[in-house]
Amino acid sequence: MTVAELPVTPVTLPVPAAEHEEETKPQSLAFICYSGDLEKTWAGMILASTAGAMGMPTKVFVTFWGLQTFVKEGKRITGDNWMQKMLSMMSRPGIAHRKLSKMNFLGMGPWMMRKLAKQYNVSSPAELLEMAQALGVEFIPCQMTMDLFGIKREDLIEGMGEPVGAATYLGFVAEGASPIFI
Amino acid sequence: MTQAADATVDARGLNCPMPIVKTAQAVKGLTSGQILEVLATDPGSVKDFAAWSKSTGNELVEQTVDGGVYRFVMRKK
Repeated sequence: MTVAELPVTPVTLPVPAAEHEEETKPQSLAFICYSGDLEKTWAGMILASTAGAMGMPTKVFVTFWGLQTFVKEGKRITGDNWMQKMLSMMSRPGIAHRKLSKMNFLGMGPWMMRKLAKQYNVSSPAELLEMAQALGVEFIPCQMTMDLFGIKREDLIEGMGEPVGAATYLGFVAEGASPIFI
Repeated sequence: MTQAADATVDARGLNCPMPIVKTAQAVKGLTSGQILEVLATDPGSVKDFAAWSKSTGNELVEQTVDGGVYRFVMRKK
């Protein structure tokens, strides 16, 4: 019998038995998005959008290099003084301009990653961020990082929460949210 | 047993985590008890949909595989 002659009738897979435990509230999550590297941003956005899809109440505290990811596309230079402006010039902000921590090769690495992602239907970090926001994941900027880099609220993408500090983040954990640091 | 679906998500060709993300978005538009059908080709989706169903409480009623296409039938909680 050749492959073409094999029966093509649908195969029914066993459905895992539904466990009738008492209703438990889904675990809430508190991410710290610290890195601005492309691969870590990607991992963070995959987990955040999936957390939203799983119905897990999720907050993402964006700080240090991670905050650069959430600067609006088209906002090229941020900051008030020459040092802050120079920092943003040397490392372009925005989710579409992340660099790989390894094998960046002047942008060749990220270019290949994006090409491969398209070929294999892997969604981009920007698409995943949009999905996460649509599924109720809240992205919260770090006030101190905003001051340090001279980033203003109007520099950041739409839909972000009020800028807060470390104590607010730890408050989420104290209330039972599981911390995830990326 | 094949149930008529109230909505269908075609996630064929999409990779992790899009089948789950698109399903969650589609479920939002349904009312309790309605049936959602999802088509996917990601082999990881078999375990992923079981986990998603357990976490969200939306019941996985039926799952089949036909020529590399997985079909999940779910009932909204």
